[in-house]
Amino acid sequence: MFEKLKGIIEEKLNAEGAAITEETSFKEDLDADSLDLFELVMALEDEFDVEIPSEELERLATVKDVMDYLAAKGIEL
Amino acid sequence: MEEEKIPAPGRELAGKVALVTGASRGIGSAIAVTLARQGAMVLVNYNGSGQRAGEVVARIEAEGGAARAVGCDVSDFAACGRMVEEIMAEHGHVDILVNNAGVTRDNLVARMSEDDYDYVLDINLKGAFHTIRHLTRYFLKQKKGKIVNISSVSGVVGNAGQANYAASKAGLIGLTKSVAKELAGRNICVNAVAPGFIETEMTQALPQRAREAAVASIPMGRMGSPWDVAELVAFLASGRSDYITGQVICVDGGMV
Repeated sequence: MFEKLKGIIEEKLNAEGAAITEETSFKEDLDADSLDLFELVMALEDEFDVEIPSEELERLATVKDVMDYLAAKGIEL
Repeated sequence: MEEEKIPAPGRELAGKVALVTGASRGIGSAIAVTLARQGAMVLVNYNGSGQRAGEVVARIEAEGGAARAVGCDVSDFAACGRMVEEIMAEHGHVDILVNNAGVTRDNLVARMSEDDYDYVLDINLKGAFHTIRHLTRYFLKQKKGKIVNISSVSGVVGNAGQANYAASKAGLIGLTKSVAKELAGRNICVNAVAPGFIETEMTQALPQRAREAAVASIPMGRMGSPWDVAELVAFLASGRSDYITGQVICVDGGMV
């Protein structure tokens, strides 16, 4: 499942080839701006059929943050 | 130099879906008809004048084009969301958004009621925000889109008796430029068209003296036609303008 998430991140943040780990920060390591993050969240919403309110956006800084968030929503990663 | 990739003239918008707000009459109906002539499937938005919208649809169909009337009060955020969802479910994509819906409640600022101010701002300015807000996520997914906001020369230079209208139209310019900057990296073009005095019911409603003064202020010495505005909108909606974004272009016979 991490692979699936990684694939979405690579595609949405144009990060093919980047070494993505749980610690990877979207802004720091992948140079994502706020619109990139919005698009990533949209893709996650579609993929995992979950609604992520925009207030949550700021809290999702790293790959682990997203995994924890999805896990808390009952989505197995 | 790269090969030009401009489609054959006449059907440049074939396969595109266009939503035109306030399209049951005036400039909006000319825009709807013109986009349909270029091959777009046109969603003729209206609020109240469903019969007039039906006439625009009938005219487009009589010319061999495709159109459908869509009722929605653009000043209602949630209603706009429902309209967009319904359109996406039916057509699968929207490629062109023309924010044209607009009203006037002219008065001297010293006599203008709060209701008249809010009413004009809610439709002309917030209405455009509402449709953009709901459609942007789909434009982002498509990584393509054209937004044209119909502003006004009133919003560029101001107009006595139209503090509310001019404020809404100036607001549209700020909205246009900001959204253009936000979405430029995603291949989404956002421009404003600022008509001057155009022959419509809106300008026909002006008192005779005001009309005469208006015409006297136009270097070309005559009012424009809704078709003059629609031609520019069609250009800004087409692939011919893919490198133009964040601009305000006047169609005003030389006023500004």
